[in-house]
Amino acid sequence: MHLGPYAGFIVAAYSAAVVVIGALVGWIIADHRIQTRTLDDLESRGMTRRSSSPREAA
Amino acid sequence: MPLIDLANPSRFLAFIERLLPWLVVATAFALMVGVYQALLVAPDDYQQGATVKIMFIHVPSAWLAMFCWGLMSVAALGTLVWRHPLADVAAKAAAPLGTAFTFLCLLTGSLWGRPMWGTYWVWDGRLTSVLVLFLMYLGVLAMWRTVEDPSRAARAAAILSLVGAVNLPIIKFSVDWWATLHQPASVFRIGGPTIHPTILVPLLAMGIAFVLLFVTLHLAAMRNEILRRRVRTLRLRFAQAGA
Repeated sequence: MHLGPYAGFIVAAYSAAVVVIGALVGWIIADHRIQTRTLDDLESRGMTRRSSSPREAA
Repeated sequence: MPLIDLANPSRFLAFIERLLPWLVVATAFALMVGVYQALLVAPDDYQQGATVKIMFIHVPSAWLAMFCWGLMSVAALGTLVWRHPLADVAAKAAAPLGTAFTFLCLLTGSLWGRPMWGTYWVWDGRLTSVLVLFLMYLGVLAMWRTVEDPSRAARAAAILSLVGAVNLPIIKFSVDWWATLHQPASVFRIGGPTIHPTILVPLLAMGIAFVLLFVTLHLAAMRNEILRRRVRTLRLRFAQAGA
């Protein structure tokens, strides 16, 4: 693969895509862990929602 | 499962949990095919040389930037007309994704513009209207973060989304209405695409990969938002019980 005289611009564009998409994926995974852990912690302290048993309803 | 059942957040959450692993696999496969097509199969353009490879991430990012605002506008109707909580969740989960893809569109566009146009930026209709879209995304994000009550934040963000939807046709037709360095529509146009199939096929492959990526990230972000609201509800109840 030969990228020619503007290889720097092409590499920068693809690197930016990797960083931005990687940041989105990382943020969503981290956020899911935080919410799940917090929910587990609250439920372990006996707090459940009115509508159902723990973790079964919105 | 009947489609109407998905309007229930708990059933929707269960549906997402089942669907997400398949979507992750499909997205990874589509991205591999797309990147392979873009970097190793697509030929250099006869005028632009290898810089045409930037198009394979710039154009799908631009499609998603506009699609995401369109999705937020439809969700805004769900919030304002039917007051459905999943509409709020969908809109809130979409906002950071739209912001990221609009940023990527602007950045890759600048990196493509410098070698082809001789400048990173011009204040023409297309570039400026996409910059306005990016600023509106930041406004929606700020609204979600500053208004504490999710239902009030949802209504405010919904109104901004519907008002901002006016910008979508401006972005689309800006290259026809005003003089610009940006090329006119070459894929979605009356009369069919003007791009040669050897470049169009890799572009569509990357487009499909980006759409799958967006759907996967959006559903995962919606799952997080539903969990966040459960946490908020439990904390409020915990605080009330302790009061």
